[in-house]
Amino acid sequence: MDTTQITDAPPPTPQPTQAEQKRAARGATRPGDRIFLGLSRGSGILLLVIMAAIAVFLTYRASIAISKDEANFFTAFEWNTQLIPPKFGIAVLAFGTIVSSIIAMAIAVPIAVAIALFLTHYAPRRLSGPIAYVIDLLAAVPSIVYGLWGALILVPHMNGLYGWLNDYLGWTGIFSWQQGAPRSMLTVGILLAIMILPIITNVSREVFRQVPQMHEEAALALGATRWEVIRMAVLPFGRSGVISASMLGLGRALGETMAVATVLSPSFDIQASLLDPGGGTFAQNIASKFGEASELGRDALIASGLVLFVITLLVNGAARMIIARRKEYSGANA
Amino acid sequence: MSTAATASTLKGARLPKWSPYAIAAGSVALGLGISFAAGLESSIQWALIAGLLFVLGTYVIAARVEGRRQAKDRIATSLVWVAFLLAVVPLVSLVWSTVSRGLKVLDFYFLSHSMGLVADSEPGGGIYHAILGSLEQVALATVIAAPIGVLTAIYLVEYGRGRLAKAVTFFVDVMTGIPSIVAGLFILSIMLMFDMEPFGFAGSLALAILMMPVVVRSTEEMLKLVPNELREASLALGIPKWRTILKVVIPTSIGGITTGIMLAVARIAGETAPVLLLVWGNSLINANPFEGAQQSLPLYIYQQYANSAGAGAAYDRAWAASLTLIAFVMILNLVARGIARWKAPKTGR
Repeated sequence: MDTTQITDAPPPTPQPTQAEQKRAARGATRPGDRIFLGLSRGSGILLLVIMAAIAVFLTYRASIAISKDEANFFTAFEWNTQLIPPKFGIAVLAFGTIVSSIIAMAIAVPIAVAIALFLTHYAPRRLSGPIAYVIDLLAAVPSIVYGLWGALILVPHMNGLYGWLNDYLGWTGIFSWQQGAPRSMLTVGILLAIMILPIITNVSREVFRQVPQMHEEAALALGATRWEVIRMAVLPFGRSGVISASMLGLGRALGETMAVATVLSPSFDIQASLLDPGGGTFAQNIASKFGEASELGRDALIASGLVLFVITLLVNGAARMIIARRKEYSGANA
Repeated sequence: MSTAATASTLKGARLPKWSPYAIAAGSVALGLGISFAAGLESSIQWALIAGLLFVLGTYVIAARVEGRRQAKDRIATSLVWVAFLLAVVPLVSLVWSTVSRGLKVLDFYFLSHSMGLVADSEPGGGIYHAILGSLEQVALATVIAAPIGVLTAIYLVEYGRGRLAKAVTFFVDVMTGIPSIVAGLFILSIMLMFDMEPFGFAGSLALAILMMPVVVRSTEEMLKLVPNELREASLALGIPKWRTILKVVIPTSIGGITTGIMLAVARIAGETAPVLLLVWGNSLINANPFEGAQQSLPLYIYQQYANSAGAGAAYDRAWAASLTLIAFVMILNLVARGIARWKAPKTGR
């Protein structure tokens, strides 16, 4: 299907004599070559077109929704697309998405870095191979299964921890708890942390593995303990890698849908406490409101999806930029 | 060093090799003891207490015997171990609960029947329609995404120079991070324009968008592993570039490419969000992916969980479907990695 579509696109057209001379110098270009180049370049261009189309179509539908919105789309605390006039805004969703991702990052990044160090510097050789393999497999567990596990196993187990936090840290306001079911931002954050752990671990492990052995041996020769080697040689070398790994994980956490939709009991307000149920995230809101949404409701959800798209685009783009920059200088001293 | 100066020997005092294990056992016992004494019933709590005791105990004991620097080293070691164990607990729990609960209703009847005429709250029914829908949607997505992905990778590795190649590389990377629900919304916005009802192929299109960048990435890595000598040898014999690619480069790396595609299939097989928006779900068997709502395995899990208002039978079915899905994904993963190892390109090193 795509073949015909791509060959239709003009292959590199014959240019005036200068280009032909060039081609002759390179050797004859056979029709097979031109078709093949056209096909493969066409696929690359198709990918760019898809990305552009995503942005264009989402923006178009979003603009329809926002033009009918009677409230401020960015600051309103409600989501009533059925009302006349309709009023909806993403303030609660943006808050929930950021809070749950921050919790997830705060838990997952240190643990993932520790596991990556464990695999590269602490674990016995015989163990580290299989463990890395298992972590790879865990990255493949579908998010809906994490969601089911989170809702049916993790949530009941959180009661004890919540009571504890409420008893000792309840005075802060952030950790106060009114004995509702623990389907709140904290549980969501913990579940997201578990889900993004494998990605951050894998990327960090690759970076730590690339640390030049000379650096480590030099530190050891100066009498450094293992921890000092890590602090002086491994972590400085791997810092940018860990940052980009974390941002990849952050991208995942921001866009995670099903795990949040199953665990969170949503409401359209902002809770001061992380332990009380309520709030919502972009992706969760789309999944749970989509079923009964009217046409305008769907457009409104698409508008919120556009915001999510832009945020993840920025986060991922930044992460990739950091990785790309690091490649240049790691090649120099490898 | 400072301890070496004060002590008469060159080597400072060391803790015996078994000491970490002893401290670990002691702190677990103490953690359990404290929890029982305080009446804390959650396993999360005693594990946290035990972990804290282990780290503190290691530091105090090592600082007294070996000095501050060694104590810091030991505390780092114990923290790393604790982090590892902390991560293992939920993962083991996930696998254990899926397997033990899933096996309750997973049998041949479950795999060969649909949910027609079975209310979500009743026992009975099965996932035949969901498996069928999943297989069709994923197969269609693969048929679209795999050729485009592989060709793009060929372009990037064999031809790609200049600004276009750089742009494609960057956007492939960025595309890897698109949330699955956004891919779903994109197809949805097209469907809204033409007033289309949900159908299976729409889901396939969204899944294909999610699959392409993964295929491009892995194929690219594999093509880069093919030694240049092979290409040069073929070109030196006067063989055109496209035949070199088709007959030399791709056969050399076919194992890795297959692995990459299978891993990508495993990834999209578990995607729920786009399917929820575009395929809608259906309790009856619908074998036609081009018309009418279909079911899919991940969506089935979600709907059994969400629409059943806590009925035990529905939860059992959700677990059994999860087990099926995990088994499918894991088998794909294992086979893919097996192929990768078996057909690893000979890098000439």
